[in-house]
Amino acid sequence: MKQFIAICESFGSALCMLGRSARYINTLPRQFPRFIEQCYMIGYSTMPIVTILCFFIGSAIAQQSGYSMENLGAKQFIGALVGLSMVRELGPVMVAILVAGRVGSAITAELASMKVYQEVDALVTMDIPPERILVLPRLAAVLVMMPVLTVIANLCGWYGGALVCQYTKSISVNSAAYFAMLKHYMTTRDVSDGLLKAEVFGFVVITICCHIGLNTRGGPREIGASLTKAIVTSLIFILVLDYFINDILI
Amino acid sequence: MSTAYTATPFLRQTVGITVAHLTKKFDNVTVLSDVSFEVRPGEIFCLMGPSGSGKTVLLKHIVGLETPTSGQVRIGEFDASDHATRAKVRLAFVFQAGALFNSMTVYDNLALYPREHRLGDEKDIRERVVHALSILSLEKAADKMPAELSGGMKRRVAIARALVMEPQLLLYDEPTAELDPILSATITEIIATLREHIAVTSLVVTHDRSLALSIADHVAIIMDGRIRAVGVPEDFRRTTDPAIIDFLNPLIDLKHPRFKQLENDHE
Repeated sequence: MKQFIAICESFGSALCMLGRSARYINTLPRQFPRFIEQCYMIGYSTMPIVTILCFFIGSAIAQQSGYSMENLGAKQFIGALVGLSMVRELGPVMVAILVAGRVGSAITAELASMKVYQEVDALVTMDIPPERILVLPRLAAVLVMMPVLTVIANLCGWYGGALVCQYTKSISVNSAAYFAMLKHYMTTRDVSDGLLKAEVFGFVVITICCHIGLNTRGGPREIGASLTKAIVTSLIFILVLDYFINDILI
Repeated sequence: MSTAYTATPFLRQTVGITVAHLTKKFDNVTVLSDVSFEVRPGEIFCLMGPSGSGKTVLLKHIVGLETPTSGQVRIGEFDASDHATRAKVRLAFVFQAGALFNSMTVYDNLALYPREHRLGDEKDIRERVVHALSILSLEKAADKMPAELSGGMKRRVAIARALVMEPQLLLYDEPTAELDPILSATITEIIATLREHIAVTSLVVTHDRSLALSIADHVAIIMDGRIRAVGVPEDFRRTTDPAIIDFLNPLIDLKHPRFKQLENDHE
């Protein structure tokens, strides 16, 4: 019961943090340098790892589905399968997981260390709300960068799959046929659903990481504990939300 | 809206602090119990006490970082626990470890407050920051990162950052802790000089007997979460209270060491 109350309290406190951040939304134009800095951190620095991982995820799906679908005589549909899997599911989920691991952890560590070393208290005493300069630019940046990263992830996954289909002897589906299938079965709705999921995941991950970082109590040891908590909570939320969003969208 | 900055004099309007029957409990542990005292506008008030006696918690109540379990803290006519008070009273807090923003240069640390509160254009802000740096002889440190500074310099930068706010009330948490005697004396001189220079009310939480008794207008001693005594420094030099005498002039007694008594207390 105590744990349930603690979870409810954390949830409420995260919502309050979001509410306070929203109050300062009109200050975003003059926080443009901070916003760009966060876009760089969330987008540009995560891009290489997203590119590599999603390329190989697309390749692996093509490989596995090529093996299974050959027995069913349906290997010409690999393009559609890889394309839809990347756009609707793996692209947004993988990007969210990578953002949680690569950026979320860095944000939690930075904010937790600012909290432990009283930099956040210093902001409060200077009448500078931490939500305004520490949370809001990060939330705005993630909303801008998540669709960009997801589109890159999808493209890399598609091309990874296409290469495997073209050059694996047991599959031997040429790129033109692969992309023709992909184009035939993919709708704008699939892409927009995937991007919507990515936006929700990114927003939730950054909210969780900022909230846990800003609520770190105790000494430097707690920074590590907060980091673990933020990553684990983010991953749980990504996968649970994934199911429920799918339920709504499909 | 841009507000033109005039380098000197700093704002002269000071405020006092009234702490009335303040009690603070964390879970079932009472950290402050019925604490009452008053700090008059423009004075230097030193709050002394042993480690763990509740000094920093009391200071956090004045800044509004903690809310009382019961009782009240007022800054001038405003309730300290009300967040709106920070917008009405310019209150600066010099943290024990400085709490400088490690990702910013010294200059940017000082410029953050005027920039965020839009106190003039960049030229006005520069003038304000350079003035604060010059008061503390820190001009050459402007482009350094906090990690490159010594402990004493970090304290001075923290004080300079407080000065940029043109505070009506300046709070110091252990400003001389972990500093050598020369640096402690330097910080003490700075605190005293600032009072003359900018006519600010200063509340200093300290263990440093020489600081408190040399520059304070009034001193309070807090022990076990309660105010033990309040008075002018002279009262403490002549006190007959054995606990205060022991705190201010601890004698080294190797025959009856204190840590043995602490062990007995724990048992």
